[in-house]
Amino acid sequence: MDKKYILEFQNICKSFIGVKALSDISFKIRQGDVHALLGENGAGKSTLMKILSGAYTKDEGKIYFEGQEIHLKSAKESEKLGISIIYQELNLIPELSVAENIYLARQPLKKGIIDWKTMNKDAEDMLGSIDMKIPPRTKVAALSVAQRQMIEIAKAISINAKLVIMDEPTSALTDSETRKLFKVIQSLKSRGITVIYISHRMEEIFEICDSYTIMRDGRFISSGDIKDVSTDKIIEDLVGRPLTQVFPEKNNKIGEVVLEARDISNGKEVKGVSFNLREGEILGFAGLVGAGRTETLKAVFGADKHAKGEVTLYGKQVGIKSPKDAIQYGIGFLPEDRKKEGLVTELSVLDNVVMAKPEKAISKGVFSAAKAREICVRFIRELMIKTPSESQKTKYLSGGNQQKVVLAKWLNCEPGVIILDEPTRGIDVNAKMEIYNIIVKLAEQGKSIILISSEMQEIIGLCDRVNIMFEGRISGELSREELTQEEIMKYATGGSSL
Amino acid sequence: MNEKVKKERKWNWNDFAILIILVVLIVIMAIINPVFLTLNNIMNIARQVSIVAIAGIGMTYVLISAEIDLSVGSLVGLTGVIAAMAMKEGMPIAVACLLAIAVSVFCGFMNGVIHTYVKIPSFIVTMGMMNIARGAVLVLTNSYPVTGLPEEFKMLGRGYMLGIPIPVVLMFACYIIGYFVLKYMKFGRSIYAIGGNIEAARLSGISVSKNKVLIHTICGLTAGIAGVVLAARLFSGQPSAGNGMELDAIAAAVIGGTSTAGGKGRLWGTLLGALILGIITNGMNLMNISTNWQYIMQGAIIIVAVGLDRIKNND
Repeated sequence: MDKKYILEFQNICKSFIGVKALSDISFKIRQGDVHALLGENGAGKSTLMKILSGAYTKDEGKIYFEGQEIHLKSAKESEKLGISIIYQELNLIPELSVAENIYLARQPLKKGIIDWKTMNKDAEDMLGSIDMKIPPRTKVAALSVAQRQMIEIAKAISINAKLVIMDEPTSALTDSETRKLFKVIQSLKSRGITVIYISHRMEEIFEICDSYTIMRDGRFISSGDIKDVSTDKIIEDLVGRPLTQVFPEKNNKIGEVVLEARDISNGKEVKGVSFNLREGEILGFAGLVGAGRTETLKAVFGADKHAKGEVTLYGKQVGIKSPKDAIQYGIGFLPEDRKKEGLVTELSVLDNVVMAKPEKAISKGVFSAAKAREICVRFIRELMIKTPSESQKTKYLSGGNQQKVVLAKWLNCEPGVIILDEPTRGIDVNAKMEIYNIIVKLAEQGKSIILISSEMQEIIGLCDRVNIMFEGRISGELSREELTQEEIMKYATGGSSL
Repeated sequence: MNEKVKKERKWNWNDFAILIILVVLIVIMAIINPVFLTLNNIMNIARQVSIVAIAGIGMTYVLISAEIDLSVGSLVGLTGVIAAMAMKEGMPIAVACLLAIAVSVFCGFMNGVIHTYVKIPSFIVTMGMMNIARGAVLVLTNSYPVTGLPEEFKMLGRGYMLGIPIPVVLMFACYIIGYFVLKYMKFGRSIYAIGGNIEAARLSGISVSKNKVLIHTICGLTAGIAGVVLAARLFSGQPSAGNGMELDAIAAAVIGGTSTAGGKGRLWGTLLGALILGIITNGMNLMNISTNWQYIMQGAIIIVAVGLDRIKNND
């Protein structure tokens, strides 16, 4: 090793109200490397990075930065040391200008007064240095996600960052924007800036990174140089078991077409999407964030007032104007953000489960608490929901169990078609496997399932057929036999680049 | 990546909209009643508007930071009464006024401290303060107006400087300072940052708590100034003074384009908003429309003005 280490974690531990988020994390990062930090959602990457940026404090352990032990208490302190983090949910102020966002809380002053002229000029130079021509007076609200990211990078350079952390920077970028970002990362590297690169995309990691660390369930798993490792090894370390064991065996029988959607559009993200779904089939919707997958299925579900297009169910054309109609026709929709759209977290498991169809718990014309309890207990058993009782508030359940409650809510409506939007986002590997088992079981029972997922493994491991979307249109359809990461990526990025 | 940047327009529809509403309003009023455009009446409107407009400065700060202050009206009343009582006790006018303003500043400061450090929503804290301050006024005055103040005090509310009413001069002074702080001070920009994305502000190293306390304190300050001016205009400490003025101030700010969701707002918009409300009141007075109807009209104006803004921003 001819390069020295810029950062070292020693035995870092962190708990949140009794839940261990990080246990005994130790690893080192070489100066000037682009270091991939890998792990499933919930593996603890973000927590670790928040400790590094001063947003959280560690419970135990030591952090060495440039050979010195550091104690971070605020974002300002880590910024002073030269650590800059670019969060996934970009942290810019939309109503302020580009220049102000770059120099937020550090505006150049002339006798205590903000020197707008210098600030705008500096911002322009700073953006120029990474080859970006964005007028510094533009409001950030008017910029694309990719441009906003560049603003964050310019901000990092402007504080003389020695270490820049990028949390899934390409998750919302188009292919050409990703190229551009990689160029900028190269230029950071040539300035001697170290980059911690968090991403789920294997091909990116092999392209841009020098070294890697893998975390799982809050623990350190492995570390090394990218040139010495294979994709399969990384994935196995990520999920903690050989690939073949993660996804259940499927014995679903695919029947007649159940649902047919024609020319779905909403005037914005969705531009004329047509597809069909068969009985007992698991149909995947793959694509990059922002490709319009969720919007398409929300339109089918009647959750978008501006939606246009035809939906045929069991051969009959139906007019679905609201989610209520959709539920009546036997369609269920498990939304992407379970806390915001799926659950009322202040209510109990029972209340959530019977919410969408309280009619099921009606006995002799009135709502029967006993009957509702019976329904709820049955789902708790069937879906293996881990909860002390059916009256537990759902906010106290883990992510995976919350997701099962949402699922139970929809199963209570006895839908023939279930749309699952990122059903395993942010839940741990074991809970994921349980959800996979449930999905497959439902398909085997003859339910038709639409699975929207950004996790390639999930799509490949579960689906019978996959529609891939790009910029509001279906850019490709792949059968189970044709499914590979490369094929999906090809269509997900418009089909031209690979 | 450079192609998609929207051209930045110096003026957008919104900026024009409020000016257009103002001009149309003036024209309508002038046609309906020629008295409206007399110098006397214009001065009258300006003087009436100045008080809400001054209180509106702090309110705009608070709203931009995505908070709210419901205690403004009560603080206006409290300040007026304290100033009047202090004068009656023989305190020099300036000292009495400063004392009263200091009390209001303290109340604002407490709003901020309780809100940030005890973590109670500003809506609740300031609603509590609204009742406390109004109650204090009634206790202090026993519900009777405080009159018999020194003649010189009247100048502050009814006098002129270079032909312009003193409250109006004061108002402009406050607006110039308020604008400067908002645009050219780190603190001012932090208000937008906090209201626009509090997490980003915190991560950028802005001390959110301190700034929030300062924002609420400033709201207390402008309410205090407004309260003293109002007392001078009424030439007495009225226990009911400033009743509901927080809503007028919010209305002025909102009509002027400040978002109650935070992150967005401009001071001159609040000034124009206050003017629009003032002109409507004045015009209806000239037309002998009863105050009861004026309330209905004002309410409708607020909903329409903000509704236009929403429609424009959403689709």
